Amino acid sequence: MTHIEKVSRRGFLGSAIGAGALVLGVGVESAEAATTAWSPSVYLGLEPNGTAVIVAHRSEMGTGIRSVLPMVVADELEADWQKVRVQQAVGDTKYGSQNTDGSCSIRDFYDAMREAGATARLMLEQAAAKKWNVPAVECKGQNHFVVHAKSGKKAAYGELVKIAATLPVPKKGDLRLKPESEFRYIGKELPTIDQADHTRGAGRFGIDARMPGMLYASIERPPVLGAKLRSFDDSAVKGVKGVVQTSTIPGFKPPHLFQALGGVAVLADSTWSAAQGRKKLKVEWDLGPNGAFDSAREKAEILAKIKQPGKVVRNEGDVDKVFAGASRIHEASYYVPLLSHAPMEPPAAVAEWRDGKVVTYAATQNPQAVQEAVAGAMGIKKEDVTCHVTLLGGGFGRKSKPDYVCEAAILSKQVGKPVKVVWSREDDIKFDFYHANAGMYMKAALDDKGRPTAWLHRSAFPSIGSTFDAAAEYAMELEMGMGWVDLPYAIANHRAENLPHKNHVRIGWMRAVAHIYHAFAIHSFVDELAAAANRDRVEYILDLLGPDRQVPIQPVGMKYWNNDQGQDKFPVDTARLKRVLEVAAEKSGWANKKPGKGRALGVAAHRSFLTYVAAVVEVEVDDRGRLTIPRVDVAVDAGQIISPERARSQVEGAAVFGTSLAMMGEITAADGRIVQSNFNNYPVARIQEAPRVTHVHLVPSKAPAAGIGEPGVPPIAPAITSAIFAATGKRIRELPVRKTKLV
Amino acid sequence: MIQLKVNGSAKKFDGDPEMPLLWYLRDVLDYTGTKFGCGAGLCGACTVHVNGEATRSCVTSMRDAAGKEITTIEGLGAKSEHPLQAAWKQCNVSQCGYCQSGQIMQAAALLKAKPKPTNADIDTAMQGNICRCGTYQRIRQAIQIAAGVKA
Repeated sequence: MTHIEKVSRRGFLGSAIGAGALVLGVGVESAEAATTAWSPSVYLGLEPNGTAVIVAHRSEMGTGIRSVLPMVVADELEADWQKVRVQQAVGDTKYGSQNTDGSCSIRDFYDAMREAGATARLMLEQAAAKKWNVPAVECKGQNHFVVHAKSGKKAAYGELVKIAATLPVPKKGDLRLKPESEFRYIGKELPTIDQADHTRGAGRFGIDARMPGMLYASIERPPVLGAKLRSFDDSAVKGVKGVVQTSTIPGFKPPHLFQALGGVAVLADSTWSAAQGRKKLKVEWDLGPNGAFDSAREKAEILAKIKQPGKVVRNEGDVDKVFAGASRIHEASYYVPLLSHAPMEPPAAVAEWRDGKVVTYAATQNPQAVQEAVAGAMGIKKEDVTCHVTLLGGGFGRKSKPDYVCEAAILSKQVGKPVKVVWSREDDIKFDFYHANAGMYMKAALDDKGRPTAWLHRSAFPSIGSTFDAAAEYAMELEMGMGWVDLPYAIANHRAENLPHKNHVRIGWMRAVAHIYHAFAIHSFVDELAAAANRDRVEYILDLLGPDRQVPIQPVGMKYWNNDQGQDKFPVDTARLKRVLEVAAEKSGWANKKPGKGRALGVAAHRSFLTYVAAVVEVEVDDRGRLTIPRVDVAVDAGQIISPERARSQVEGAAVFGTSLAMMGEITAADGRIVQSNFNNYPVARIQEAPRVTHVHLVPSKAPAAGIGEPGVPPIAPAITSAIFAATGKRIRELPVRKTKLV
Repeated sequence: MIQLKVNGSAKKFDGDPEMPLLWYLRDVLDYTGTKFGCGAGLCGACTVHVNGEATRSCVTSMRDAAGKEITTIEGLGAKSEHPLQAAWKQCNVSQCGYCQSGQIMQAAALLKAKPKPTNADIDTAMQGNICRCGTYQRIRQAIQIAAGVKA
């Protein structure tokens, strides 16, 4: 999350650098420019042979962003995509925020990319004008040439590089951005640059990075958050073939931030030897207060807590008065457990400490956070940390937090060689920054049509804020702003309350973050209300959304987070949410598919990351209670779409991610330790469990680009449980679904 | 001394015979197309062909690989592109791409055994290969295209 990072820095670290302060780059000269030949922007350069070198400053974890943002540059540059080479940026604030998170890459950088491309095109046109001695306005960049229509003259971009390099960089106001009708790549169906490599195993990920002479580390970490190393015995380790030495990593000082967890490392000449050596370690820990943490007990505490009043975070009308006089009340509590990101590539990095500086190759969503965290760990300046960004084998938020890179850097200094750290799957599942477990209590007073006249929503969950402030117990603005205090239903009396809750494990942000549990509770509750009223669910939601309007969101005691965007540019617009719901209903055949035996549709519509999404999920439950998902229809209004192909793929993937967390995801803890360890006991959806097909319907929109990586996730779980209720009569109020017998 | 063939080349190995084939391929030979995902045969990211059979290299020891012919993703289309590789590109299957080597190796073994797989055949063959990005529907589509069967 760009925005979480910003809060962390400003609110907790006091750094002057805000991640939101974009260095737009146009005209900035740099020693690490795209090419030494000519770089009119930090985001691009041209070589004399005409190759356009476009810098991808955001991390590639599967969204396609390192192709799609360069396509925007190439479009405005009027570049031939075949003559473009994409170069991955190292971590550097000159690019603006590189924290690839929060579904904001396009939203935050679309304009900057267009300006970078248009700047270079204008300068090439000016160079041609100078060469031909004609007015620059008569010269036009076209598919890697500048042409002068009057004279029929034509020059390849490469021929113009030398002259262009002598020209002043034009002011932003002088740029001519292309009209939409002339877009060459924006909004078109282009494959990403990495597709071919991935079919040949040629993509290089963090786990594939090597440095000469490196050792491989396997680390025994404190089994409980905050546990301290009491003693260890490595006498049996040294007999393991390939083991070079052991080394200890000190524990963190609170708050834990992105610091290394600490522990005892075994360093060896291969991944295997390091892991074998680690098995021979004997380590004693002082577990500390979190050694008593038990997730079942915590769940009971949370579910009890939300029956009590909490801190009011949204308040309209007078819910107490309406509840007191109501003849019909409906209430329910919901629970979503801790979840682990489990990207297919576990955290991995290689780092070398040399002469007071660190060079690292890391699978990271945020190379600038790597610089800061490693600098903090080593006591050096962040400018002395060079972070090369590899491909990421999935991220989902886990790889925004560079504790594993700190481990590699710390160990490299200790052993005097480059060190590669690759987490095992067990390490990944047991030492994650977990998606928060959450309890939600919902209460509504209902009129004679079953419509709410008052609405109360209480939530309690450990906050991401505990990463930055060890004492944090209340939710952060961004957590509350994720589908909770911004609920746009037309209900006159509306209150939201937050109950404080302490973390016992590291809490982090995972794809769609707090929307996951808020969406599950809210849309499940709506489904219950529609069922209680015996009304069609789609019609009921449309009624709840009320007239087409922009809903001003005014929470209590804070500003509305809204992804750090103004409500003027990105309002909460009920017309857009209704529209996606109508499209999803129509495309799925909602009106004609009435629930049959064990087979039914479910629905949910949710705004997240400024994008409007409605999902209709079809489930089939057989007579043994086994559930399959034959079809999902998702309608999406994400504003302007740059790459429809990648937008669809993100929403298809989100449906699978949502299915995993709805059906099977659950992390538990006993005696402070995480119980799960691998895909056998932390299952994720496999091919036969995933939706058989997800149809993505991109709703044309004139709104500015919002976000696409995450918004497909939140409606999936409540749509699945809505369908389960329609198919079986079983009401699921607690995830994952697999804990409930369906027949 | 363990002898084996990797992508047609003869190799010798005198390290720990218990080392999984995966780490020999990755750490010793730098054939990094074969991925680590779980270390326990649960996710399929490390799938290679051992004497033509789809095999989880993370739970196959070098002792068991002795005398065998190993094909990795780097060797699959070395001479000419495998139809699955072409179909994968046609469908833009990959998101992060990490699991796709294993997916393609698994699918290649399926098509060798069953050139015209049904949906159920695909589910059965591919259920051991996890894709956390959730590209399954395109994986299915690409297999069907490569096999020339209708969806």
